[in-house]
Amino acid sequence: MSRFGTGALGRVVRSGVGRRRVQTVVIAVAVMMAVASAVVAGSLMVAADAPFDKAFARQNGPHITAEYDPAKATTAQLTATGRLDGVTATAGPYPVATLRPVDAGGGHLRPITLAGRSTPHADVDDLELSSGQWATKPGEIVLTSQVAGPALELGTELKTSDASDAPTLTVVGIAVSAGRSADAWATPAQVTALAAKDTPVTHQMLYRFDSADTGGHIAAARKQLAAAVPKGALLGTQSYLDTKRAADAGAAPTIPFLIAFGVLGIAMSVIIVGSVVSGAVGTGLRRIGILKAIGFTPREVVRAYVAQALIPAGVGIGLGVVLGNLLAVPLLDGTEQAYGTASLSVAWWVDVVVLVAALLVVGIAALVPALRAGRLRTVEAIAVGRAPRTGRGQWAHRAAGRLPLPRAVTYGLAAPFAHPVRTAAMLLAVAFGTVAATFAVGLTSSLNAVGAAQDPENRAAVSVFTGAGPDVTRGGPPAPAPGTAELPPDPGPGMAELPAAADPARVRAAIEAQSGTASYYGKTQQDVTVGGVSGIAQASLYEGDSRSGAYEMISGHWITGRGQVVVPSRFLEKTGTEIGDTIRVTHQQRTQTLRIVGEAFDTSDGELEIHADLADFPNAAPGVFLVEVKSGVSATDYARDLAAAVQPLGGDASANSSSEQDNFVLILNAMAALLTLMLVSVAGLGVLNSVVLDTRERVHDLGVCKALGMSPRQTVSLVLASVAGIGVLGGLIGVPAGFALHGFVLPVMGRAAGTELPPSVLEVYEPPHLVLLGLAGVAIALLGALIPAGWAARTRTATALRTE
Amino acid sequence: MTHVIELEGVAKRYDSAGAPALGPLDLSIAQGEALAVTGPSGSGKSTLLNLVAGLDKPTEGTVTVAGRRIDQLSEHALARFRRERIGMVFQFFNLLDDLTVADNIQLPAQLTGTARRTAAARAGELMEVLGIQKHARTYPGRLSGGERQRVAVARALVNRPALLLADEPTGALDTASGQDVRDLLVDLHRGGQTIVLVTHDLALAQACASRTIHLVDGHLALNTHAEAVR
Repeated sequence: MSRFGTGALGRVVRSGVGRRRVQTVVIAVAVMMAVASAVVAGSLMVAADAPFDKAFARQNGPHITAEYDPAKATTAQLTATGRLDGVTATAGPYPVATLRPVDAGGGHLRPITLAGRSTPHADVDDLELSSGQWATKPGEIVLTSQVAGPALELGTELKTSDASDAPTLTVVGIAVSAGRSADAWATPAQVTALAAKDTPVTHQMLYRFDSADTGGHIAAARKQLAAAVPKGALLGTQSYLDTKRAADAGAAPTIPFLIAFGVLGIAMSVIIVGSVVSGAVGTGLRRIGILKAIGFTPREVVRAYVAQALIPAGVGIGLGVVLGNLLAVPLLDGTEQAYGTASLSVAWWVDVVVLVAALLVVGIAALVPALRAGRLRTVEAIAVGRAPRTGRGQWAHRAAGRLPLPRAVTYGLAAPFAHPVRTAAMLLAVAFGTVAATFAVGLTSSLNAVGAAQDPENRAAVSVFTGAGPDVTRGGPPAPAPGTAELPPDPGPGMAELPAAADPARVRAAIEAQSGTASYYGKTQQDVTVGGVSGIAQASLYEGDSRSGAYEMISGHWITGRGQVVVPSRFLEKTGTEIGDTIRVTHQQRTQTLRIVGEAFDTSDGELEIHADLADFPNAAPGVFLVEVKSGVSATDYARDLAAAVQPLGGDASANSSSEQDNFVLILNAMAALLTLMLVSVAGLGVLNSVVLDTRERVHDLGVCKALGMSPRQTVSLVLASVAGIGVLGGLIGVPAGFALHGFVLPVMGRAAGTELPPSVLEVYEPPHLVLLGLAGVAIALLGALIPAGWAARTRTATALRTE
Repeated sequence: MTHVIELEGVAKRYDSAGAPALGPLDLSIAQGEALAVTGPSGSGKSTLLNLVAGLDKPTEGTVTVAGRRIDQLSEHALARFRRERIGMVFQFFNLLDDLTVADNIQLPAQLTGTARRTAAARAGELMEVLGIQKHARTYPGRLSGGERQRVAVARALVNRPALLLADEPTGALDTASGQDVRDLLVDLHRGGQTIVLVTHDLALAQACASRTIHLVDGHLALNTHAEAVR
């Protein structure tokens, strides 16, 4: 008859799109959200693939970070190491100092390695600024994303030590170093000035080698570096393989989470796009009959209807790709923080793949019913919508009619059985939405449980420091400072200014004398060796009743006295031991045999850690006392009063802030909330589209009902009831599926983090929660149906009765 | 004389700039009267019926049905009013295809909250009177046109409405079925049912109506009583 676009066929397509504006808009919006979800899901799955390797390669991360003694190796000698065999690129030397900064509240922060660089850019370790600017003048500092957080953000001021005249540094930027060469950066002059005041400066060199795939390569390269400088000049090195191991271990728990959401998002997108488009074509049969009656060939009809679906769907796809890229920004930002990487963006090929796949799905979904329509006999097609329907769903009306419910409701309840395929698609959308909601609620609860279980010593209201051991830092044991691995132990510049350690007995007496004390226990952390295990293990030793600071137990029990030890899962795994076995622990040449009585849920990474009774280690003394205060006593006031008592002894006291959740937990929670919102929205739009189609098809019947006296409220009840059953069934399918997904993904996340999970983390669903989540399916369905229900109720009866 | 319907100065415009589709029109219909509304297509017959049924609202004037001003009622109140006071019969039956004959008839009663058993008893009574009892569990798609219109009439009467409105009730029927429905309406009228019948069929109007009005371009062109028509 004519070519599509300008002739009769083009007019048919344009009028089809324009006439059914609501349906056109719903198709476009549903497809847009589905495609956006697919883009986000795909991006997250791509981001979850080897994040460290990608960031490290992009930044030309250092294979070896080396620290030299400037007194023994000159700058020229260090620069010359860049010409050694196998070295492909170098950066440095940079002056490096270790700071123990003090925050505005006077609290000691963990030591940080500060490197002096005039620019973030270099041939090796080409840093990426994630926010703020680079430090260009004295008084400015740039932190790594690992160190930055809610307490350390742009604009935060840090004193470099306790000294009253200590310089103050303002955080002006946050940068990402995939190779984790330092914790912070300032200008070289600033670092040198700080170092001159507090501690000797060291020099940092960053190297890339042509062969650095294995530990052997790195060891050989290290040997070569040591030989190239005067003896003793090389203070230590850090291998990127260790950094990669730590980074991968940190990122690993997020991968199953992202993949679970990614698969949900993509599956749901395909279902929604398919059902939306095929439904739209399927409801146009009468018009198809008319077109054929006036001379359109079956092929033209097929083309017209595929085009009619492709136009709004194409707009939806285009907008969806844009929206997906926009929505991916905060999620990828969260992923960046979780992975300690930067500049994650939607891979261009994800956009292309989603676009092509969506067009294919739309094309196929439109083509199948369009072909069916094209084959339909003209008379048959014209009769659709006017001739009485027979068969499908009548049994459901008979059955529903017997229910002791208002007639409008029972009539609605039976409606879905008239369109089994459309109902199945709607059911899948609701079920997927419920799975997402159930999984997200479980995941959030589990992550909160993980957060609550971390650093149990922080649960104490007040920490009282004796100044002995590593517990002098606030917020638990300090992490090993990057860039200092393999270096001799360094007390840090701040340590020089701390008063001598207080006598634990006198601090204990002060605590007991302080009014408001409810209970307390002592704790210290010591390096120990464990028989059969190479290297150093970290022992947390407890004095007194430490149950309030006990870790969550995966199995067994917390230490209740001497001779007992509690260990994390990875200890059992690494040593091949079980609860009930004994281990030999050596501390300062004294060896104890301890029995493993419990497997602790300990998510801290790093070296092996064990928990035992301080009484088994006579050479150790408490470094900190964790105090619970009596009800009604202000922890801040208590800490201030106690500090006044213990400071003259060389100790200190501070109130612990209410447990701040781990950054990682907050990020995952936020990501779960966003992803769930998106998937639930897509599910709701899928329902909306199906109900719009259904309501349009039934508008004449609804008109009849209204003419017979069905009130607007009863009409709304009818339409809502038509999806309520689907909502209930979707909930019944979705909740167990989400429950099962949670039960599968969480242990995988835990194992990726090197730990089993305790019941408090796994068993997070309470029966009332499950009932409420089941109702989420009903809520998704009802919310999706609300707009068309209102539309049905408002439609003028006389108009509806005239509708064919 | 008690009037079931009173229209005073009623006009309906679909296009604010154009001429009214109906009126202004004053019309009263007494209880037990059977009024036939005739006229060519576009004369305003269906508009008049829609206004009386409360399916549409007048642009001007007042519509009082069974003693109640319905032009001021909300949609909800109109729906309640319709199901309690008005029964409607349509040209194309407008039965719900996925409900059985019995369920179709019971539907308006159930919408008013009538107990299922009571509604079923009333439907059974009507099916017996109208001779369609054997089709109680049949779906409308399997019935002839005449049988379907009988089902529609039974549905319209299930709530014992004060007013029965019929819009071309024989328009989609063959001659025999049309005669069947005509006889049914005559019987209802004789039984005291107030009826407003919109039709092109003058023979139907003559047979069923005690009064006939003829509309042309929305205005009353003729108002005749049965004897005059005959």
